[in-house]
Formats: sequence, structure tokens, C-alpha cells
Amino acid sequence: MKGKWLITGLIPLVLLIGVLGWVLKNGAGIEKDPAAPIEVLNIERIKVTKIGFELSVSNTGPKPLTISQVMVNDSVWNYSVSPQAKLERFEEGKVTITYPWVEGDPHTIKLITENGIITEGEVAAATLTPETNWSNFLNYGLIGFYVGIVPITLGLLWYPFMKRFSRKSINGILALTVGLLLFLFVGTLADGFEIGAEAPSVFQGNMVVIIGASLTFLLLIGFDQYQQRKQEKKGYSPFGLALLMATGIGLHNFGEGLAIGSSFALGEAALGTFLIIGFTLHNITEGIGIAAPLLKTKPRFRDFLLLGVIAGAPAIVGTWVGGFIFSPIWGAVFLGIGAGAILQVIYVITKMLIDDHKKHAEPSVSWLNLTGFTIGLLIMYFTAFFVKY
Amino acid sequence: MSDEKKVSRRDILKMGTAGAFGIAGSYYLNKMAQFPNVAQASSDSSHKTSNHSNHSNHANMSDKTKTTGYKMAERLLTDFDYGEVTKLPNGQILREYKVVAIDKEIEIAKGIKFPGWTYNGTIPGPTFRCTEGDLLRFHFINKGSHPHSIHFHGIHPPEMDGLTSIYPGQKFTYEFEANPYGLQIYHCHVLPLARHIHKGLYGNFIIDPKKPREPALELNMVMNGFDLDLDGENEFYTVNGYANAFMNHPIKIKKDQLVRIYLSNLTEFDLLNSFHLHANYFTYYPTGRNDNPSQFTDTIMQCQGERGIIEVRFPYKGSYMFHAHVSEFAELGWMGFFEVE
Ligand SMILES: [Cu+2]
Repeated sequence: MKGKWLITGLIPLVLLIGVLGWVLKNGAGIEKDPAAPIEVLNIERIKVTKIGFELSVSNTGPKPLTISQVMVNDSVWNYSVSPQAKLERFEEGKVTITYPWVEGDPHTIKLITENGIITEGEVAAATLTPETNWSNFLNYGLIGFYVGIVPITLGLLWYPFMKRFSRKSINGILALTVGLLLFLFVGTLADGFEIGAEAPSVFQGNMVVIIGASLTFLLLIGFDQYQQRKQEKKGYSPFGLALLMATGIGLHNFGEGLAIGSSFALGEAALGTFLIIGFTLHNITEGIGIAAPLLKTKPRFRDFLLLGVIAGAPAIVGTWVGGFIFSPIWGAVFLGIGAGAILQVIYVITKMLIDDHKKHAEPSVSWLNLTGFTIGLLIMYFTAFFVKY
Repeated sequence: MSDEKKVSRRDILKMGTAGAFGIAGSYYLNKMAQFPNVAQASSDSSHKTSNHSNHSNHANMSDKTKTTGYKMAERLLTDFDYGEVTKLPNGQILREYKVVAIDKEIEIAKGIKFPGWTYNGTIPGPTFRCTEGDLLRFHFINKGSHPHSIHFHGIHPPEMDGLTSIYPGQKFTYEFEANPYGLQIYHCHVLPLARHIHKGLYGNFIIDPKKPREPALELNMVMNGFDLDLDGENEFYTVNGYANAFMNHPIKIKKDQLVRIYLSNLTEFDLLNSFHLHANYFTYYPTGRNDNPSQFTDTIMQCQGERGIIEVRFPYKGSYMFHAHVSEFAELGWMGFFEVE
């Protein structure tokens, strides 16, 4: 009896495998051979070295491919590929080109496969790619520190000033925070899509961002609900909320670090400098946001320090990753997670605001709250002018 | 970081560096002493080491292997197709040639395959050769996937001019008298013209004068180009269809020997191509006419379809470079050496 029942479950499965096998073997019946060879070579990273260029490449197409010629700035050039010129599917290789590059000049590198498919890589402004050594490591770390921890801690310094606010004003500040976060959420998501689009198409960078964001959002909410049920508590402790915000913002700042680090690594030092200034200004406001939930409590100094580090330190890690090991697909993963974390903070604060106003029989969208929210968005909008162009 | 964004970024960086934030930014960075070593990388000794460490000048595309593509280019250099020769009752020489259009993948640079359309399986096609006044019959069979034709330069009845498409599987015989003497070319004349020619349907066609030219080492060179991604720009420029063929395998010549080069330009997508010889001068006869004004020079240019004869002797032993004087073409494969012994 039970065997029969099991078989009824297996029949569709067996048939499905049969159909798939048939399609794989005979094709979909429309065309047997593609008109043009499908070869997808990805250039993941171009390192500018003392003697030339070093390209990390991967074959993300459906078939093996062979790199047969290399051109640099419209000139056939000698090169070597390790482990070998033929790359199996998903195999990675390193193309080394000895080339007398010119400081600050753009350089176009074309890799041509056996079937004449051309993959182009660009060095926007050639400059030695920073080597992974202690001094560079420290330099990058320092940038991350200035971009992340310093402004957020500065923002937290507004705490005593905000402390005197009334309950309604505090709620206004929280609404302002929601504005800030909403902007950060959209921005992080957009950055994720942008970086994800550069990843090999087989990885579907955009989907990675969406998966990362939604899973993080749901996991954090689920974890919270589990915690709350376990502790029989209602709502968040103010410090818990601040901690949550710091974590979400931290993941977002990781993305900022990534942008700065990779722009230096790509030789765009001027861009990197712009980003440093912009993000620093931008991040002061994040400190305000993190301080907002604590206004009704008496936090200790080391709480602020902890919050500052949690929200700011990921910028340091991001700068390292961007500067030394950047790859678009990991960028997409991290930014997706960041967006999800920020969304969850938005959700929590909004819920808290609504609950608080309900308790006092007030409308949640008061004029004050609306103003706060708008100011939050506008602050972000205008400070973002320093990093977008 | 799309292309679009890159452009705008760069533009703004240009403006921005002049602006306050650029100044503030560099000040900020200098104060922090970030990457001073990076900014100076260009002026130090790094490039000297890169350029001269293990590579001598112009050795950047060296490859000594004799690939299929190279062998084709080498063969086309000295192969002349005189056809099947018979004598007509009136004493006239009849030459019959077989020409087959075939779709064929050609190696145009080491390891790079080009899906070509060919006459008799090579790009360029065979170099047909005859003497002024001969009766010529070209038996053309189209075994390719597209309609093609052969349009010969020269003087002949218009119905033999190759404007009629010969469809796949069809045959046609072009018959005319060889006239006038000189260097002619032939190519497919089916629309779209640029595509049919660029794919490889062209070649040299030599009509020798009745009074033979002075004996010489005779070389056939067709200048051409290959556009791999069909963006209207060539990725490779070659002579006889293979990049750097005679760069890696120099053409051997005897000191003081007369060398005669039948040179034509069948490069698509570029208006002009050129030939420049190092360390020597040559005599150039446009269209291969002895009665044409000739030049004594080291550089000539040819527009699409233009051709001529180069005659030269080498007074010293050693390697003489020749290449397109458009540096871009030279560096993309149109470069070679004469080795004088
Ligand atoms: Cu044709």
C-alpha cells in the first residue's frame, strides 16, 4: 500500500527527468547550433603592475574557450595566461601582459578568443595598483576610520543637545531617522544593482541583491520575534534598537568603504577623494539616527563608543575589500544584505512610532513627524550631492 | 560604473579638480599622507624595467610557429595561378581557370578563426596570371551559402563584368581577352558590397606585358583587414591574410637581387592603406604600368582597390622592416621584414 503511494509521488518526477533529458539531448527543436559561438569571458579585475597588467578572468559561458590574442590600445601584444589559454567552464585564469603603460592615461585591453569574440577591459587612468602590504593596509584602514567611525561618533555627540527634547519632538527625530534610512535603503539597493550588473551575467547580480535584501530582512524580523517571545518582552529596549540601527547602517557603510577602496584600486584617486569627503559629511547624520532611540534613557559613554564602532568599522573592512580583493558579485551580496538590514530597521522604528502614537491616541503621521521625515530625506538628498555626479 | 557613468565621471572630475572640493580633497589626502608612492609611479624606473627587461623592441608579437594561417600567407606570396594553357587554332593562348566560392574558416592571426567567404579556400584568393592578349576563361562555381560573382578590373565586354549574382550551386564562365597589361584586381560584386568583399572575396590578377619584364624575385602582397565584431572597424590588418606573418618569418632575399612586389589594397572600412620600406628606396609603378609616371620613394599609399608594382634592390645585408605607415595598422598586424643575405 505504502509502496503504491510512494510510486504515485515518483511518477511525475521520473517523467520530468525524462522530458528534461530529451530536451538536453535533442534541443528545444528550434535550432540546433547557435548562429554565432557563445563565449563569455569575464574580466573581473585589472591590476596595474610595474611591468604591465594582470587580469583576473573567468569563463562564465556555457562552453570552454581559448584566449588567442591580446591587444592593448589597438596594438597586438604578447601575453601569457595561467594556468593555460584554454579555460573550462567557470574556470578562472590570469592574463599577464608586459606593457609600458603611461601614468594617468586610459588603457583599453582586448582579449580575443579563438572564435573572434572580443572582451574589452578598461583601465580608466593607469596608476600602480596598491600592493597588499602593511603600509597600504594601514592607509586604507585609516580612510575607513575617517569615513566611518569619526563622522558617526561626531553625530552621536548631538545626543546631549537632543536629550532635552519632548516626547513628540523625539518622535519627530525618529521620523527623521526613518527618512534618512529610507534614502539609505534605496541608495544601497541601487548601488547593489549597479555593482551586480558588472558581475558575470551567469551570477545574475540583480537577483543576488534582491535575494540578499529580502532574506536579511525576513531573517532579522524572524530573529527579533523569536527573541521577544522568548523574553516575554514587548517592544525593543532603546539600546537594542540603537544597536540594530548601528548594525544596519554598518552594513551600508561597508558598501561605502567598498566604493572608496575600489576607486583607489582602479586608479581613480580623485574620485576616491570625493567619495571620502561626501561620505564623511553624509555619515554624520547617521550618528543622529543611532542616537535617537536612546533619548529617553541614560546610556553610558562606552555604549556610544560601541555603537560608533559597529556602525563605522565596516567602512574600514569595506575599504580593504574594495582596495585589495574587490569582486562585483561579492559587492552585490554585501550591499543586498545591507539593504535588507536597513529595511528591517525602518520597519521596526515605524512600528514603534505608530504604536507610541496609538498609545497616546494621536495620529502617527503628525505634522511634526511628517516634517521630520521630510527633513531626513532632504538631508540625505543634499549631502549625497557630494558623492553623486 | 557603466560606460555612460564613466564619461560623466571623468568630465566632472576635470571640472571638479579645479573646484573647491578637489582642492579640499587633495589637501585632505596629502595631510593624511595617503599613497604618495602611487602618484610617483610613472616617473621612477618602473617603466625602464618593464620595457627592456626581457623583451627587445618590436618583439611584442613574436611567434615562430608555422601555423596554418601563416602557411597560407606564405604560399600566397609566391604562388601564381597561370591556369590551364592551350593554344587556339588562330595561335592565341587560351587560359582556363577554375574558381570555386567556398565558405571557410581562415586563421587570420595566431589562434584566431575568421568565418570567411573565399575563392578557392584562401583569403586573399589565388593570384591569377596571364599575358596581355591571352583568351581567359574563368569557370566559376558557387559552393558558398550566398550569391557571389567575380568582377575583374581591366578592359572587357560589360556582360563579363561580374554584376550578375551567381547563386549557390550555380556556375558561370567569364570569358574575355587579357587587356590591358598591368596589375589588376578582382573581387565579388554582390550587394551588400562591403560585406562580400570584407569576408574575403578578392585577389590579385596580373596581366604581364607582351614584352616580358626583367627577371626578378616576384612577390604577391594583398593588403587587407578583418573586422571580428562587425562594428565597421578592423581588429587585424594583414598582408595576404595573416597578422605579422612576415614579421615572425622574414622574407629571404639575396643581396642586390631585383625584387618585384605586386601590391594591392583590398582593406575594407578604412579609406587608405600604405607601404613603407625601411632603410631603402624603391621604384613604384602605379597600376603596374611601365608607361605610368613612376616614383622613387620609401612610402606609397593606396586607396581601396588601388594597386601597383614595387621594384627594389637591397644593397646591404641584414633585416629591412616594411609595414603600413599608419602605425595603428602596423601594430595590429601589418608589419614584416626582408632578410637580405
Ligand atoms: Cu559575394
